[in-house]
This record gives sequence, C-alpha cells and structure tokens, in this order.
Amino acid sequence: MKKIVTDVAIIGAGSAGLSAAYQAATAGADVLVIDENSRPGGQLFKQIHKFFGSKAHQAGTRGYVIGEQLLEKVEKSGATVMLDSLVYGLLPDKSMGVISNGVNYSVKAKKIIIASGAKENYMAFPGSTLPGVMGAGAAQTMVNVNRVLPGERILMVGSGNVGLIVSYQLMQAGAEVVGIVEGAPKIGGYGVHAGKIRRAGVPIYVGHTIKRVYGREEVEGVEIAALDEKWNMIPGTEKQFDVDTVCLAVGLNPMTELVWMAGCKFDFIPSFGGHVPLHDENMETTVPGVYVAGDVTGVEEASSAMEEGNMAGVAAAEALGYISHEEAAEKKAEIRARLDTLRSGFFGAGRKANKEKQLADMQAYKDGMEKGAAC
Amino acid sequence: MKEGVMYTGIPSREELAACPGVPSKERMAEGRVAVIECVQEIPCNPCESSCRFGAITIGEQITDLPTLHGEKCTGCGMCVASCPGLAITIVDKTYSDTEAVIEFPFEYLPLPQKGDIVDAVNRAGETVCRGTVTSVKKLPAFAGTAVIGIAVPKEFADEVRSMKRLKRA
Repeated sequence: MKKIVTDVAIIGAGSAGLSAAYQAATAGADVLVIDENSRPGGQLFKQIHKFFGSKAHQAGTRGYVIGEQLLEKVEKSGATVMLDSLVYGLLPDKSMGVISNGVNYSVKAKKIIIASGAKENYMAFPGSTLPGVMGAGAAQTMVNVNRVLPGERILMVGSGNVGLIVSYQLMQAGAEVVGIVEGAPKIGGYGVHAGKIRRAGVPIYVGHTIKRVYGREEVEGVEIAALDEKWNMIPGTEKQFDVDTVCLAVGLNPMTELVWMAGCKFDFIPSFGGHVPLHDENMETTVPGVYVAGDVTGVEEASSAMEEGNMAGVAAAEALGYISHEEAAEKKAEIRARLDTLRSGFFGAGRKANKEKQLADMQAYKDGMEKGAAC
Repeated sequence: MKEGVMYTGIPSREELAACPGVPSKERMAEGRVAVIECVQEIPCNPCESSCRFGAITIGEQITDLPTLHGEKCTGCGMCVASCPGLAITIVDKTYSDTEAVIEFPFEYLPLPQKGDIVDAVNRAGETVCRGTVTSVKKLPAFAGTAVIGIAVPKEFADEVRSMKRLKRA
C-alpha cells in the first residue's frame, strides 16, 4: 500500500472542495483533493443556467463557467487533484483508505475537509422500478454532460429548484415536459424558475402526487392524482399522461458516511436533508482537525457550498499556521457576511435557522465537553 | 385554485400591480421601457449593475425586489439577458398605431429569424395572437441568452411575454 502524507486532504472536488483547496493551497499548505469521478467540478458543470446571487457570487454567470473559473484558480494554487479515486475509509486519526485505478493508498493528513456533497432521494410507487424512472439529477447529467436525451416526453415529480431547472433544461435539450407534479400545496422553488416553465406551456400540478407508472418493459405512461389536506389521494381525480420518462426531484440527502466513520457527532434537521454533522463557525466538526463543507453539512446550493469551502480552507490553513489569526479573521468575516446574504430573504430564512441550530448544538456540545472535563 | 406565483408560477394581477419593477401606466404609454416582473424576495441582483443609467435599484439587501425608475429607463434592453430568472421584458407601446413590440429573453433552439411569424404566448404559455419577429439579438454580454423582439396587436401588450418554441428540424 502506497503512503501519501499531506497537510490538508479534501474529499470531493465539487463546489465546496475546490473552494477549500484554493484557499488552503493559496495560503501555502500542501493540498490533496480526492474525487471518485473522472472529472472535477462536482455538480457545477451540469449547471448550464445563469446563477442567482450577488455580483460577488458571479450572479448572471452560468454554472459551468463558474466551474471552469474555479478549476483554473485551483490549478494555479498548486493543489493536487486526484481523480477516479475513492475514499473508502476514514479513521479518527485522520488517515484514509483510498483506491485509485486499482492501487491502494493510505493518505494521512493533518487536516481533513469532507466535501462529499449529497445524493438524490428516491420515491417508491407502483412502477417506480421500470426503466425510464430516474432521478432529475441523473437526467440533468445525461443532457448537460453526456448530451444524451433520456426521453422524448417527460413528467417531473417535484417543484423545488432542481425540478424546475431540470425541466427547463430538458426542454432546451429538445424534450417535451408534460407537467410537473408537486405534493405540497405550493411550488417549492423560485417563482421565476416556475415562470419560465409556465411560459413554455408546462402545467404545474400542486397538491398532486404520482399514483403509478405503467408499461411492460419500460415507462409507457403515468397516472397522477390530487391529494387532500392529509396527503391522501382523492379518488376520481386521476389524470393519465403518455410519457416515456418520469424524473424524480424529491430532495437530496447529505452523503455523510465518511463523517460518521470519523466519529463526528450529528444533528437531525429534516429540512437540511436529515442527519447533518455538528460543526462550528470554522466548519470544524466534533473531531478536531476534521472539517466539513457544502451539501454534506446540510443541503443548500452551489454558492453557499463555495463559501463554506472557502471558510473551511481558510480555517484549516490558519490552524496549520499558514496564515495569521488576524488575516484569517478578516477573511472569515468577509465569507460570513456573504453566507449571511445567501441565507436571507423568503427562501433563505429556513436555511439560516437550520444553520443557527447546527452551530448552537455544536456550542452546546463543546460546553458539555468542558463541563465533563472539569468534573 | 389559488392565484399567485407560489401556486401557479404566474404572478397574479395583484402581485404585478404591487411590483416595484413594473413601470407606471403613464411610463408604459411613453414608449420603450423595462418591465421587471420580479415579485419574490430571492437573493439576486445582476439587473442592478446591468443598467448603466441607474434605472434599476436593489440596494444593500440583495433579497429586496428591484425597483424600476421609469424616468431613467431608456429601454435599451441590457437588463433583459442579465436576469437569471428571465423575468424582464422590454415593452414598447409606441411601436406603431396598432402594434406594440415585446422583447423577451429566449433560450431555446432553433432561434426565429427577423420577419418570421410566430405564436405569441402569455405567462401561462397559451397562444394569444400571432407576432412578427422584429429583432433577434445575441450579444457576447448576453452570455448565450437571445433577446427576441416581436410585434403584436397593441391590446395584447400586457399579456404577451414570450413565444412558442419552434420545432427542431
């Protein structure tokens, strides 16, 4: 087994991981980024739409362009990116088992930043195992990365931003979207995304769910039904559509396996995707030297993932002595201000509350540890 | 069914009436002007800096709604493609005695060509009339978004906001 020793090891080369790598490597740390995919960038290169946010977050720039710019910065920073490499184990002493192209490595780092992202939720219903039922993220990868249209006529389940944006992008790629089904009585994502979909003539069925998908070998059609206030299907409200594809955009959940393995303590915050690691303002978990950033800390979006990555990268470099406390404090204050902006307004308030709970629970954990030590 | 952008994806008449990005009736009657149908507080502000006349302001709190200052707006159209939400159109009610021009962002291929007759659609994607393409703009600053102008009968100027996608060859 080959051994690698580094200052900072980062798991995941997506929005958060690359941002962390840029910050830590620019400060002078030896940085190794490990990603299981053959290309870096995580979800950024799938995002062909213009991003929201402030000018500081390159709002109005398309996601893949932001990805290209970030990657270029990382390359210049001197960080090493190891692709096609899977981290299969992480121990509390900050050593990792990595397999890369059939070769086993033991990676030992002074600081580890876990930026493993999130995975799509699935939903079970009659016919949900038929070929042609897929995650919206999978469909997005097919059209925007691999340039393959998953189907000609598509029904989308879920009206959060993922469901709305992927519906739009499927139409841009040449598919018909017959409708969007949303269980809640309201549209989940931004009104302006929904507006694009509506102008394209796509109905959005709020208060509806998928009853079944039918077809012999593959999806041939789908039946939806209205829901009452207790989320039970109302008989007689069924509608059928001829479709060859059903996409599910029903939320994401953080990929926390390695965080559990490292022995970190967790919170349970349903609207953040379930179990999320406790962390402090520096993004450090309950295991000293193990940091988290991006969707693994609670599902948000790319801009906040990049800022959390920046925060973890700066904090790790500071802890290793590569930047002074004064310089770090200044940088962190700027990052925090940008994060606050991203978590403001009607759609950001819930995420802000979630993050505050996570930070407060971390503080309570730290206080408890101190009390325990004093006894 | 409940009305409003949260339920239908379409801003209601009330939401549009209260929207600070929608110019006054008087300003609309004067000619080319930006109509910013942004009714939800989301963290976003590229429209503000896209306007070199200072006609769009959001301020420090980037979740605030954009306010259009009709007296400063020249209807130049630089804001149209800057909006990631595709929520801005230019409306010119003085185009001719009978027709108004609507310029809207369009991100589907194929693009129409000047002079084409297309289906003009409302906010729900329903065809309300036919429109004649008056312009197809693709500038580097638009970052891939085309801005299409169509002339439609004046009575539809407040309804038409886009066109039906064209079939692929």
